[in-house]
Amino acid sequence: MTTALVGEQIAKEITELFPGAVVVADKAAVVVTSESLYQVADFLKNTPALDFDYLTNLTAVDYVDYFEVVYHLISLKSNHSLVLKTRCHDRDKPVVPSVVNLWRSADFQEREAYDLMGIIFDGHPNLKRLLLWEGFVGHPLRRDYL
Amino acid sequence: MEVEKYGIAPSNELDVAEGLRINSLMAASQQPIPDPDKWLDEELSRNVLITTVDYVLDWARSRSIFPLMFGLACCAFEMIGTAASRFDIARFGMDIFRWSPRQADLMIVAGTLTWKMAPAVKMVYEQMAEPKWVIAMGQCTISGGPFRESYSVVPGINRIVPVDVYVPGCPPRPEGLLHGIRKIHEKIVRESIKKA
Repeated sequence: MTTALVGEQIAKEITELFPGAVVVADKAAVVVTSESLYQVADFLKNTPALDFDYLTNLTAVDYVDYFEVVYHLISLKSNHSLVLKTRCHDRDKPVVPSVVNLWRSADFQEREAYDLMGIIFDGHPNLKRLLLWEGFVGHPLRRDYL
Repeated sequence: MEVEKYGIAPSNELDVAEGLRINSLMAASQQPIPDPDKWLDEELSRNVLITTVDYVLDWARSRSIFPLMFGLACCAFEMIGTAASRFDIARFGMDIFRWSPRQADLMIVAGTLTWKMAPAVKMVYEQMAEPKWVIAMGQCTISGGPFRESYSVVPGINRIVPVDVYVPGCPPRPEGLLHGIRKIHEKIVRESIKKA
């Protein structure tokens, strides 16, 4: 079975390289700032000991005070997994760097998160609506929709 | 005497009257009655059947409806069950579900219709040749069902295409769909070429 890596352990490794990047970390997940997300993701993918070569899931959660974008990472070679999160507090224009360059599977998932939650993925090559049609007003999975 | 008064022998008058009736009928029946169909050929008289155009047309239409494959969601499985051997839609002359709207008469819309799918439904309906009928199967198709207030679901397919028969249920049993098909038959039988 896939081993879920302890979040605090990974957070310690991230902090050594990128001081101030980790917002909070517990056993289940690591939360990093959105500014350092791309560097942290690059580090997680390209460090041989971690080697997270596969993004299984990317989704967004609306906690009213802030949006949280969740990345479920898996290493197919080492068979371990990690949950990486980031938060954005600007409700009108929540911007998160895109990770399409690292994981191609992020393409559609980021478009879906943009479509339904309105999160703007900076650097996405084709950021437009995926499930709803062009011209739809609003982002329906937000708490304040309707 | 008492015995003679109530004897079993009938009076002679009745016999005379009967004899007169028989004689007059015999006198009138010396020739056979002419055959009223004699003016017809032997071939024709056995093979011509008279009815109305309406009756024949409606009879033919109602017993050879070709339904269109249109499964949008879970109701489609009940529609497939209706078509398969247990409920056997072929009993009503609906042997084959057509994949092309140009070969179909009846659109069974089974399932939730989203606004993104709605233009396709409208186009398929417009591609079907006249005469054509529509069955709205299941709550989602009829009114949007539990998703009526949703941002993405059409609240009732009658906003997109005209509906002939509504089959309620979530999903309706195959018996329900068969009942709806029988209602379509009743509707077709009442149609007339005068109004077409």
